[in-house]
Amino acid sequence: MKSCDSQQTDLQAVPTPAPIPPPHAASRGPRGARRKWEVFPGKNRFYCGGRIMAAQQSGVLPLTLGLILVTTGLFFIFDCPFLVKHLSSCVPAVGAVLFVFVFITLLQTSFSDPGILPRATPEEAADVERQIDSSGDSSYGPPPRTREVVINQQVVKLKYCFTCKMFRPPRTSHCSLCDNCVERFDHHCPWVGNCVGKRNYRFFYTFIVSLSFLTSFIFSCVSTHLAMRAQDGRGLVSALQESPGSAVELVICFFSVWSILGLSGFHTYLVASNLTTNEDIKGSWSGKSGDVASNPFSHRNVFVNCGSVLCTPLPPSLIDRRGFLPEEEEPAQTCCTDVQLPASANNTQRKVCSQGRKGLLESAAPSPLQSTSCPQGEPQTVPPGPRRPSPADSEPTRQASNGCRAQHSAGSQGNASSARHSHHKSRMKKHKEAALSISNPTSHGPVAPTCPDSVPTSRGTSSTQA
Amino acid sequence: MLSSMKEGCHDPKTKQTQLLKPGRRTKASGVFHNLQEMQHCASLVTKVFIQRDYSEGTVCRFQTKFPSELNIRIERTLLEETVKTLNSYYMEAEKIGGQSYMEGCLACATAYIVFLCMETRYEKVLKKISGYIQEQNEKIYAPRGLLLTDPVERGMRVLEVSIFEDQGSAGSSPSSTLSSDSSAR
Repeated sequence: MKSCDSQQTDLQAVPTPAPIPPPHAASRGPRGARRKWEVFPGKNRFYCGGRIMAAQQSGVLPLTLGLILVTTGLFFIFDCPFLVKHLSSCVPAVGAVLFVFVFITLLQTSFSDPGILPRATPEEAADVERQIDSSGDSSYGPPPRTREVVINQQVVKLKYCFTCKMFRPPRTSHCSLCDNCVERFDHHCPWVGNCVGKRNYRFFYTFIVSLSFLTSFIFSCVSTHLAMRAQDGRGLVSALQESPGSAVELVICFFSVWSILGLSGFHTYLVASNLTTNEDIKGSWSGKSGDVASNPFSHRNVFVNCGSVLCTPLPPSLIDRRGFLPEEEEPAQTCCTDVQLPASANNTQRKVCSQGRKGLLESAAPSPLQSTSCPQGEPQTVPPGPRRPSPADSEPTRQASNGCRAQHSAGSQGNASSARHSHHKSRMKKHKEAALSISNPTSHGPVAPTCPDSVPTSRGTSSTQA
Repeated sequence: MLSSMKEGCHDPKTKQTQLLKPGRRTKASGVFHNLQEMQHCASLVTKVFIQRDYSEGTVCRFQTKFPSELNIRIERTLLEETVKTLNSYYMEAEKIGGQSYMEGCLACATAYIVFLCMETRYEKVLKKISGYIQEQNEKIYAPRGLLLTDPVERGMRVLEVSIFEDQGSAGSSPSSTLSSDSSAR
């Protein structure tokens, strides 16, 4: 034992190549280790040392925040004084409580982990590849990239995710905007600027319900206020002139209350039947070919369904943003950054890196990948506002998928360059060297060459399903 | 942990066998006295992954099917017992009942701010699970040259079992095990 220990210390004394230090050293841990959020492969942005995360594109979140703040501010300035005097003093109190609810749940929805699944480690990915190869019959073409499981006496197909290198668990979907697999994926909400999934669905639901209460409350208060002013004999026009803020609130609330109420009603239906927006749009359980396929995840009881969606203990975040990277990741990581980036690990360049990888895969198999990544993309680009409860919305989804295709084609054209190919080759070499290291997120190399062969078959089937 | 095992005895392999030959020769393949010894003096052979069992929905369960690569290393009942205990822990973490309804309603009433202040039930159970896995590793798996990785470190997708081989043992049976493992790869 002693000699073993001393030999280990001898080994540690051997100088290892000094890693190039990344620009910001604010989040340095012991011995200069980096945190996992700094090398996160998805398209997310991290703040406050990884405590807060958001999607790459904030969407229209600033607009959402602006509208809520402006409307509520105008309400407190123009309507509350009048209503306190003429009606009741609990009007601003109720308004304040609703506003606080809306604001806090909006921030929680936008800045929390929606239930992202970390990508498979290289060993896991190799193990899955081995299983796929051994299960498929090579004479009939590439092996299938789907797995079937029986859940509550119903057959559910699990699809293979080429980006995350794993078979997606049931109800998990890959968000192409965030480039992550999200558990119990509902949709990517541009108003909130984040995916809505298993971990933040309850925040999202509380947000839209409290927002619908807030908008209807403000709308009714403003209408009462203007009606009371107009009743004094001066007419509606003079009432509006006396309180111009109320006019603005009236317009905003009138147009938003219908869409927000509709959305809340739709999501209440989804919660009561334990469905996700994604499943509802795709019609996963609506019964194809005359076979009545019901939702295998439903508990057949409205209250139990509501409880299982909203009241389960909050699952933990699986991506461990604030954890430290194991130290032997450092040389591989910095080698990777040497090759790909000008020795910097900040978010924008990581975005480019991940887009480059995606660009490689997309350029290798252009049209199938573009057309079939859209089924996941469809619910993401449909704004929740004008959505009606009926799932037979062909037009908005067609428009959304066209927009989705445009986004993907732009991305692949921009990123598929010869420089990326050379990075890809050197990355493959690095992967072989670091074969046994834990979760090196940049090692996509070995599986990529097999993708162009197997992509058309499985993607083709999923496109017909969509 | 794994990397230190890989790097710790990789280079001075020949030196180690020269110095430690008498002690190591008497050891059967893959038998270590404790976790620390395994961490210092073993090399990783392969990893076996126990996949999730989705037959009851998205609740966290692992398959109790025994992987064939572990046949020679550990008794079937021991691994099954570990997996069943883990499954029961996860079921306890995700249980929906009167208490979870109360907690959900209370959290909703406070706009979910309580989640920022308190540790959730799931996190408490996860701590228990990591303690259990640590204990199982020390008592059962390390003496057999195996190591369980907490599923939470692998995104709750798999239960990873790492198989280690004693660096010093260069007899016929360990090498055949090694070659069969490498051919399986």
